[in-house]
Amino acid sequence: MKARYFAWVRERIGLAEEDIAPPASVKTIADLIAWQQRRGENYAAAFANAGAIRAALDRQHVKAGAPIAAASEVAFFPPMTGG
Amino acid sequence: MRRVLRVQTKAFDASAEIAALGLGAETGALVTFTGLCRDDGGTLAALEIEGYPEMAEAEIGRVAAEAERRWPLDAILVIHRTGMIAAGEAIVLVATASAHRGEAFDAAEFLMDYLKTRAPFWKKAHRRDGSAGDWVAAKEDDEAAVARWVSSKPTAL
Repeated sequence: MKARYFAWVRERIGLAEEDIAPPASVKTIADLIAWQQRRGENYAAAFANAGAIRAALDRQHVKAGAPIAAASEVAFFPPMTGG
Repeated sequence: MRRVLRVQTKAFDASAEIAALGLGAETGALVTFTGLCRDDGGTLAALEIEGYPEMAEAEIGRVAAEAERRWPLDAILVIHRTGMIAAGEAIVLVATASAHRGEAFDAAEFLMDYLKTRAPFWKKAHRRDGSAGDWVAAKEDDEAAVARWVSSKPTAL
């Protein structure tokens, strides 16, 4: 699936987007965040505080328990500060 | 019902945007809100606004649809900018039109409250002294502002 990163999540990882292939045991957003934390120092820094990360699947907000199987695009970002 | 929802980098002319709505004689109330870039006591030079454009358009559409479900509106206009925005410049324009002012005021406030917490935009501060900018932190007050709409009526959002 395609992963997209924004704001300080993007900066800490050092990528705006990439294709990721998590193992089948990664079923939810929470699982995916835990998996990301183990992918290297930059990912560990970006995902250190899971509670500060918001996620979207196919451009819709989702909660940590949301299943990821059917989605083609996942996005991770901080709480929004627009307006 | 007129609906104009845009994400853009260029500055907007609020008067021209409102005129372009072409409101009819059934409209008795037009509320406009413009969000500006503050200079934080002279320390801030600009805000850099990062967006997730495809999701922003979808999310603003969902918020606008919920506003239309809640109030009898003649028009909704939302323009949100991304990119570098100098202190004093406008960031966001929201306008709502209705037969009566109560609905137009409420809908405009609802749209802004939801845009601030749900539309995928992030602000980075650029200081006048040239120091590396910090990402602006989300405010708990903004979440509280949304919570009161949820408690006032079940929401699809």
